[in-house]
Amino acid sequence: MQALTTEQIRALIARGKMKDTIFQALGIICLAIGLLVIFLLVGDMLQRGMERLNLDFFTNFASRKAAQSGILSAWVGTILVMFVTAMAAVPLGVAAGIYLEEYAKRNWVTDIIEINITNLAAVPSIVYGLLALGIFVYAFGFGQSILSAGLTLALLILPIVIVSTREAIRAIPAMIREGSMAVGATRWQTCRYHIIPYAMPGILTGVIIGLARAIGETAPIITIGALTFIAFLPPVPFTGEPPAGLFEWVMSPFTVMPIQIFNWTSRPDPAFEINAAAAGFVLMVMVLSMNAIAIYLRYKMRKNIKW
Amino acid sequence: MLIHEKPALKAEARNLNFYYGEAQALKNINMPIYDKKVTALIGPSGCGKSTYLRSFNRMHDLYPGNRYEGEIRFFPDNTNLLSSDVDPIEVRMRLGMVFQKPNPFPKTIYENVAFGLRVRGETNKRVLDDKVEQALRGGAIWDEVKDRLQDLAPNLSGGQQQRLCIARALATDPELLLFDEPTSALDPIATGAIEELIHELKKRVTILIVTHNMQQAARVSDYTAYMYLGEMVEFGKTDEIFIKPQDKRTEDYITGRMG
Repeated sequence: MQALTTEQIRALIARGKMKDTIFQALGIICLAIGLLVIFLLVGDMLQRGMERLNLDFFTNFASRKAAQSGILSAWVGTILVMFVTAMAAVPLGVAAGIYLEEYAKRNWVTDIIEINITNLAAVPSIVYGLLALGIFVYAFGFGQSILSAGLTLALLILPIVIVSTREAIRAIPAMIREGSMAVGATRWQTCRYHIIPYAMPGILTGVIIGLARAIGETAPIITIGALTFIAFLPPVPFTGEPPAGLFEWVMSPFTVMPIQIFNWTSRPDPAFEINAAAAGFVLMVMVLSMNAIAIYLRYKMRKNIKW
Repeated sequence: MLIHEKPALKAEARNLNFYYGEAQALKNINMPIYDKKVTALIGPSGCGKSTYLRSFNRMHDLYPGNRYEGEIRFFPDNTNLLSSDVDPIEVRMRLGMVFQKPNPFPKTIYENVAFGLRVRGETNKRVLDDKVEQALRGGAIWDEVKDRLQDLAPNLSGGQQQRLCIARALATDPELLLFDEPTSALDPIATGAIEELIHELKKRVTILIVTHNMQQAARVSDYTAYMYLGEMVEFGKTDEIFIKPQDKRTEDYITGRMG
């Protein structure tokens, strides 16, 4: 083949770069569509709910009059339920993930467990609600409480926590594990001093992503029978008479943000739509700040971990 | 002084076979490791020298499907390191290992060295400080890091990291130190420092080193074993192996006709 002349090479590059530009433009358009929709939704909610977004909205209980209605019991309920969810899902999920990565022998039993964890992540959330109704609410007698709701959502996000724990552990190079074992460490010492700390940024990210999903879940919470109208707060956590009093709050009835929104949107009075939009915006802010915290923590913790 | 004085045995492989699943990686290896001497394992890539080295501290036990046959006797107590009655953790408590690529933990310099001691239950701060300093001196890196023990180890240069890893292995006073191509990821100057260190270390510890650099074997070792396709082709004093190898295959490898 004849060597190309400089002109030919330049023409070739120009043609190639054309395609570069076209794809780049296409990519930006696709990205913009996705982002635009989110911004429009959030912006629209903000605009419609604006007039309710004041301090009273956060400190008032729900009321029959839309203008005096607030989300006090809803945001308090959401935070308490999330707390229970995290307390239950983190130890269970992290321990299960560590077991599967560091201890379990590779055989068909582990393969089946692995496949089923993936399946669990795909189970519709309402099914978790039904399961929880039978087990937590009735069989265990937890009733329609913060505890029942927290445990239900914990089940829901357990696969997310397990999978992110395993992925975080897998990202640790084998030579680090070998380095630890070579000085005579047991598997637990290796996990305790190395695997868990180094996997922590990934685990935390997974937990927060899981919680961000749980915070918006409505169906399973309604299924277990959360009330839609609550005009009181649970006892302040960890303040009652020890020992039982400390945990009185977990047995309290509750409502959460998505249920409050759902309730308001189904009212005939259009004034409640403003409340729903305002509460929806607050919920969005809660989710986005959780994601922001996840990103920050990951960045901060990863700075000190490199191999 | 006796002319034919034989140094004491520190370890001895006897009819050692090793299998990765079905594939046999080591074939009937018999070889002595002499006390307070440096023994080098040389041979082309894939000849099984690393596999052999990693048998000593039972690293193969970390992965499923691996199988040993035969024994590695460890002296003076004549323990068979490969026996299923011997816990691999016990073995790793007695032997130290330095890997091909420096693998410091993403922790402080201090914690890297202290880890082996913590694993052994040492919690006394003064004892830890002392032993960490001793080990870092042993690893010829104390002067470079003494003012920044709380810095993160991965921020050190590659050569410093490897000497830190040597210090980490020394901290627990191993009886036998295994080196798996310790300089293959380092530049010539860092390599020189490690080789000098190995020379210093053999006064107190027995060393087994895998290297694919023949000059290195010639420089640092007292004994050399040439391995090929999972077999121990030849073992002898380093000068003898390099000056007049007995086996044709050894000679071919050493003179660069194969490798």
